[in-house]
This record gives sequence, structure tokens and C-alpha cells, in this order.
Amino acid sequence: EVTETSKKSIVTFSEIHHFLLSDTIITETQKRISNAFDVFDHESNKTVDVREIGTIIRSLGCFPSEADLHDIIAELEEEEPTGFVRYEKFLPTMTKILLERKFRPITEDLLLQAFEVLDQQKKGHLEPEELTKYLTQEGEPFTQEEMDEMLSAAVDPDKNVILYKDFVSMMTFDDTR
Amino acid sequence: MGCGVTKTSEFNRKFDKDGNVIPAAITMKAAVLIQRWYRQYAARMEVRRRYTWNIFQSMEYADLQDQIKLYNFLGYLMDNFTPSSTERNLISHIFRENEVCRDAEWERYFSYNNITVPDIYSGPRLTFPLDMDQAAHLVEAFKNKQQLHSRYVLQLLLETWKLLRVLPNINRVSTCHSKEITICGDLHGQLEDLLLIFYKNGMPSLEKPYVFNGDYVDRGKDSIEILLILFAFLLVFPGDVYLNRGNHEDHIINLRYGFTKEVLNKYKLHGKRILKLLQKIFSWLPLVTVIDQRVLIVHGGISDTTDLALIARVDRHRYVSALRPPKKKTPSRTNVYADSERYDEMIICKNRRGSLTFPKPFGARESFQRRSLQDFSSTVARTLGEEFEVRRRQAEFSLSSFSKSHRILSSALSSDSEPESSEFTDTGNDEWKQILDLLWSDPMSHDGCIPNEVRGGGCYWGPDVTEGFLNRHNLQLIIRSHECKQDGYEFCHNRKVLTLFSASNYYEVGSNRGAFVRLGPDLVPYFVQYQATSMTRGLSFPQNVKRTEHTALKVLREQLFVHKSDLLSAFQEIDKENTGLICLNDWASAIERVLHLDLPWRVLHPQLVSSTTDGKLDYHGWFRDLALKKPSSEHIEQTMLETLYRHRSTLETIFRIVDTDNSGLITFEDFRQTLKLLSAYLKMEISDEVINELVISTDTNNDGSIDIDEFMEAFRLVDKSRLERGKSLLKLMQDNQSLPQETESPQTVYSTAPQTSQCPASQPADPPVSNTTDSACSQTANPPASQTGSLTEDCPASQTEDLCHISVVVPPQ
Repeated sequence: EVTETSKKSIVTFSEIHHFLLSDTIITETQKRISNAFDVFDHESNKTVDVREIGTIIRSLGCFPSEADLHDIIAELEEEEPTGFVRYEKFLPTMTKILLERKFRPITEDLLLQAFEVLDQQKKGHLEPEELTKYLTQEGEPFTQEEMDEMLSAAVDPDKNVILYKDFVSMMTFDDTR
Repeated sequence: MGCGVTKTSEFNRKFDKDGNVIPAAITMKAAVLIQRWYRQYAARMEVRRRYTWNIFQSMEYADLQDQIKLYNFLGYLMDNFTPSSTERNLISHIFRENEVCRDAEWERYFSYNNITVPDIYSGPRLTFPLDMDQAAHLVEAFKNKQQLHSRYVLQLLLETWKLLRVLPNINRVSTCHSKEITICGDLHGQLEDLLLIFYKNGMPSLEKPYVFNGDYVDRGKDSIEILLILFAFLLVFPGDVYLNRGNHEDHIINLRYGFTKEVLNKYKLHGKRILKLLQKIFSWLPLVTVIDQRVLIVHGGISDTTDLALIARVDRHRYVSALRPPKKKTPSRTNVYADSERYDEMIICKNRRGSLTFPKPFGARESFQRRSLQDFSSTVARTLGEEFEVRRRQAEFSLSSFSKSHRILSSALSSDSEPESSEFTDTGNDEWKQILDLLWSDPMSHDGCIPNEVRGGGCYWGPDVTEGFLNRHNLQLIIRSHECKQDGYEFCHNRKVLTLFSASNYYEVGSNRGAFVRLGPDLVPYFVQYQATSMTRGLSFPQNVKRTEHTALKVLREQLFVHKSDLLSAFQEIDKENTGLICLNDWASAIERVLHLDLPWRVLHPQLVSSTTDGKLDYHGWFRDLALKKPSSEHIEQTMLETLYRHRSTLETIFRIVDTDNSGLITFEDFRQTLKLLSAYLKMEISDEVINELVISTDTNNDGSIDIDEFMEAFRLVDKSRLERGKSLLKLMQDNQSLPQETESPQTVYSTAPQTSQCPASQPADPPVSNTTDSACSQTANPPASQTGSLTEDCPASQTEDLCHISVVVPPQ
């Protein structure tokens, strides 16, 4: 009996949790989701191509990994995958993600540390080939296109190396539009 | 810690500076982190790129509405002028075809023989008949920014005219001898792209046939050079170069979109003749090309009534401009213009669909008003008097200054109509519609066929229409252009319709790629995409996105400012307590209600609104931020300026039509009358004092005439706060990377005070840069040579390679 009661209160707690978040926040959040969705809803029929889901989620401020996305998409797809995701399914999933603040941003410090790890010789910079090898072969590898895009922003044109400290500060400055 | 994730073992062992091994797992984590972070960044860039694209498309839509405004205005002029009105001269300027010539006289008019070419001229000297070397030499010369002498221009154009006159309406091409045919879409005066295509694909020749699908001119700055190159190759290889007509091969469109300006600036002495000759050439361009009787290539598209058999039979050269239905045939002259002060030709056919109609003023998207002056001469139930009563009521014009003295055209018209006209007009209308459909239509995703209200001509056609058409004519694919696509090409209608667009960076640097397609005997399309990147050399991908976005937003802010009065009313309706504040949601919905641009305003708001307090926006402050000039205390004046600004392209086009000697100047009187006409049409009160004020403040020469360019320059808009922020960000980027300086100075605005023009718009030395968006001149104020947007001179092959980004895409069958 005791177990049942405690189970019950746990369930109720998360309901309260949602209640406590004022309507405005939920509505605002949902409006944001709706707007982001609309940008990719080309046919204006409340569906988006499943391949754009990652972009949409990220545009809302989340930092999921590819593996995370994989899971989310599995949840969003229809029983028989059509290649499209409907808004009715996307909204609740995305609301939950945002309200629960999943996939929080990566701080500048953390990012810098990551680069420093890759810079094993502690040169203070990385060679393009070095970075390319890491990012296209390790972790969740970049495609060549992604790599090229990043390099175009990261490589110092005069010295032909990546001054990662400058790069990180420049990119994070950009965030504050 | 053992991990089996990494592929290459050499990365398994790393050392920190003390010589300790860093475990592979940490490296992997670091990589994942960086990847995760960068993908997020890239995604946000992508969204910005996406809505930037949406903005440009909306702007293009809004821009097209300007065209409709022009038509409306001209239609209004037609309806409301009478022989006795004082505006007669002005209006006759606008409508008159003042030549009464026969072919022999045309030959004399276009004669180039008396034009001498000075010795110091270092450009190509053409001898006819042209050969391949001369054509190649011409390409080289243009690449080196040389200009062809007007004598040779006229000569080349005359030869082209002669050739085109014997070509059929429908080009028929075959891919026998295993020839691959290359097809290109819109070029719009962007020589750089044509050169890129030639570089990558080879120039036209017997082994390398080409089809060019229209819209060679307007917007870009090298339209005439593109034409000369294409015509040269047409003359040299008439069996291997095919040119289709586009909707921009039309002299009235050219007045609006920059080609006329370009020619007159480059050829000050003979520009008018060249333009006249081009007018004829355009009307003689074939309408459609068919490959192997299987693939149709046409500039715009089709409609549910498109009939190739009919198309094959029309006299295509009688359809000179989309704005002027063909003149009535008089028995004595069959293929020459009749001098006409008959304005009945301005109005459209009775057809239900797809004609260029004149919707109500202010071009409401939903409703159409159909008028036809042929109703006068044909057997329609209504009497003339009733007809005009209806019109007058429908038009709702306040005829304040055009008071009782104005009688409507009816008497003039009915006496002028000819007995055979009614029978003519039916066929004429039919053919007219067929041609409009071919050159102006766009595909849509749902079934059916509806008038294309956005463009004001042609229709929107659906997949079922494509299916029906292909079956009827035993074809398998339609290749068309007319619409800009981000990747240079796009399939629709179940891959039965292909849109091909060859002008890269069309809206702005970095906005889109261009593409061309090759078809072999198997008729499987092979695409090549490219992007002329000489302008963006040194700009990284994020910088590219930002730069494009910057332009788009600027244009958008202009639109917002220009609708300030309407927006203010909308805001005040919501903010009933007059707090001056409005929440973002209401802001977004109000804007959409006023502007109808269908843009994601909430996503855009960080770019358009500098600050909010508690999620609310101070909208008065926001308007102030949008403009430098303080809002005028005279509400009427503000509205007037706004309205004029909104219709500035119509205004400019009318000015240029009126400027018959193409001097760039119009008289006070013409200026005054034009403004009065426009304001009456727009139901705006504009007093003589205000006009005088405008006139005086713009006449900087003090010689009794107005410089059109200068006047239009007065309509400029600069956003102060954005400017400051943009400048500091730019500075930061410049400190990080070398970047060409954008010299934007916080200059005027929305005022009628005379400005020292920042733009070299009227300098004879530089070819004019016609911006697609009519926005201020920041784009042109770029001194470095790399910004001129052409492949730099004398690029050896290897260098040119560096300039282009080309990917080859072969779509799966």
C-alpha cells in the first residue's frame, strides 16, 4: 500500500511540475517550435522532411548528438516511415525536450578543452589535416562537406592552421546576434 | 580503457606534453563534442540561410507586384485620359508607337554604314560572315571588360534579325550522331556565369550544341554582352545553337528591370537604335525548342490549353511585349506596325484565364476585375453608357483634379473600332494567351490550372496538366526556367518537369547555385552545378550566409518602414491603452496582416528588433530605429512619401518612358504631371505646393529639369542601429580575417533633400549595377577590383578553376 501511494505521488509530481510551468511559458515554447517547424514546412501542410529534423531541433537551441537524433527520429516517424514528420507528433516531443532542457549547450571552456585534447603536441594550433583526420574518422564522423565548411571558417588564411582559441571565441561571439 | 571506436590505430596512442598517453576514449569524446557543437552551429546557419531565401523569394513576389502596379497604372491612364485633357502629351509619350515604317525604312534606320570606328578603338573588329574564331575572340574581349563598338553591334544585330526571321516558332533538335545537347536557363545579364559555363562545358560548336532558355537580360550588368555572344554563336552555328524567348525579352520589361538603362549607358549615341532593333529581335526569337520530339524546352511553362500545333502557326513577331497585345491587323500592312494612338490595345482579352489583366488598384491578390475594351466593339449586351457607368463605379476614383472635363474614352474608341476587329480579336486573343502561357507560367504542386496572379500573366499549372500535355503531344519531359532555385535546378510533377536556372548568386552573393544540363540520345539529364565565387573569395561559409542575410534583412526593413503608417495603425488597434508596447506575438501577426509576405516573423524577430523589455516591443522606438529621419509632423506628407516610395519603380519606369530622348532628364512639367497622375490614381491628395517642393529640392542642376537617377536616389533607407552593430561586427571579422571593406555611411534616408549620390549610378565610366531589390547602394560602393563580380581578366585555365565550385550531380534514373 505504501509503495502504491509513493508511486502515485511521483506520477502526480511530474503533472504538477507541468502545471507549475505557467501557461505562457508552454505557449511561448510551442510558438517557437511552431515557427521553427514552419521554416521547413515547404508545402505548408504541417509536415517536414525527416532529414531536416536535426536542423530544426538544433535551431531551437539544443545540442543533440547524432545518436540522440537517431533516437528522437525513431520516435517521430510513422509506423510505416513516409520520410516525413508530422507536426502533431513533433510538437509534444519537442516541447518535452525544451521544457526538460535536454541537450544543453556546450560552453566555450569545454569546447576549448576539447580542442586542446586534440592538440596533443600543445602547439596552440592544429593543422587542417590533423583536425580533418580526427573529425572525419573519430566520434560521429563529419562528411567531407561538413569538414570543408568548418575548415573554411576555421583555417587562418595566412598561416594555414587552425588557431582554435581564436576560432572558438569568434564563433561564440557570433552566437550573440 | 580499451575502445574499438576509432578506425586508425595511429590515433589510439597520444601523448600529453609530459609524455603520458592520453587515452583514446578522451580523444573520441573531444571529437564528439566538437562535432556536436559544430553541427549545432551549422544548423543555425542553415536556418538563417533558409529564411534569407524565403525573404528573397517574398521580395521577388513583392517586386513582381510592382509590375502589376505598373500595368494598373497604365490601365488607369488609359481609362481616364481624354483628348482634351492637359496630360495628353505626356500620355501620348507613353503610348505612342511613333514609327510608320516599312522594311526598307527600317533598314535605313538601322544602318550602321555611316558609323565610323576610330583608330584608337581596341575592341574586336568584326567582319561578316562571322566565324568561330571571331566568336571566341568576342568572348575573350568581353572577359577582358572590353565593349563592342556600336557599329559592330548594329551589324551583328542586323544579321541576327535576318536569321531569326526565317526560323520557325518551334526549334526542332535531334541528338543524332551521339551529340549531347547542353541546355542553359536564365542568365539575367550575369556574364560571369556564362563564362563559367563555357569554361566548364566548352563553347558552342558543331560538336557541342546548346539551347538557351530565355531571360538573357535584365538585373545583371552585362546583358548586352551576353546577347552579343549568344547571337554571334547563333550566326556561326545556326544549326547548333537554339535560343528561346523568355519573358524578359520584352522592351517594356526591360525598362523596368535595367536592360534599357544598361544599353543607354553603354551606348550613348546609338543606344536607342540598338534598343529598337533588339525590340524586333526579341519578338522574332523562337518560342519553344523540342528535342527528339520527346523533350520540350520553354522558358515559363504551359497551361491546360497549350497547343503546340497552334503555336507553330502563330506570327510570333506580332507579340512584341507582354504589356501590349498585338495591334489590329490592317489589310494594307501585314507585318509592319501601324501608327497608333489607339489605346484600346492596352487592355486584355476576354479570356477567363491567364491573360494579363488589370486588377483593382493596389493589386489585391484575391480578386480580379476583368475589363475588356473589345467589349465595345464586339457584340456584348451592355450598352456603351452602361459599360462605363459600371467601370466608373468599380474604379472608384475620386476625380478631384480630373473633374468634369474628363470624359471617358468611349467616343474616341467607338469611332475608331474596325469592323473586322471582332473576328480578329478572337484568334488574336487565343494566340496571345498561348504565348503568355509559354513565357510566364509557373508549376504548382496541386492539380488544376489557375491564372498566375503573382506575375500578372500566364498561369499556375498542376501535375495533371503536365500529364495531359505530355500525353497529347507524345512528350516525356518539360524543361523550363523562369524561377530561381537554390541548387540551380529542381524537379517537380513527378520528375516530369525540370526547372533549370543558370544565374548563380542571383539574389545576392551566396544565395544560390546555377546549373546547366546535358542530354544525350538516351535523354537522361546530367547536371552540372556551379557558383561564380569571385565575389566571395576570402569569405568563409558563415560569412557568406551572414552577408546574404544582411542584404535580405535590409530589404525587409525597407518594406517595413515603407508600410509604417499601416503598421502603426495595426499596432495601435491592438494596443488600445496606448502604452506604446506590443508583445512579440501580436507584433508578428500584425506585420503579416499588413505585408502578406508569409514570412516566419517570429524566427526573424531577433534580426529586426534590437531590444525588448519583458517580451514587449516599444514600437515607436522601433520605427525610429528603422529610419534616420525623424517622422514628419505632417502626417499627410509622410504617407505621401511612403506611398511614392512604395510605387517608386512604377514612377521610375514612367519617367523613363517619358524621357523620350533618353537623356536621363525630364522636364518639370512632365515630372509634375506624372506625379499628379500617379497620385490621383493612388487616391492621394497631392497639392501643387508639395509637388513644387519635391521638384525644387530635387533639381540640383537648377536648369529646369529633373535628373531621374538623382530623384530616385532620394528614396534610400538606412537603418541606424543596425549600421552601428553591423559595423562593429564587421570590424571584428576584419580583424580576424581580411575582408573587403564595405563602405556604408549613415546617410540619408527618406527625405527629399538633395543628396550627393553615393552610387555611381550616373557615372558614364562604370556600367550601371542594377540591383535586384532596388535597395540602397551599399552593394555598389565597393572599390576593390575583386568585387566587380566578373572573372578576372586573363585567367589561365588553372586560376579559373580555383574560382569555381562545381559539383557534378547525376540524378538516379
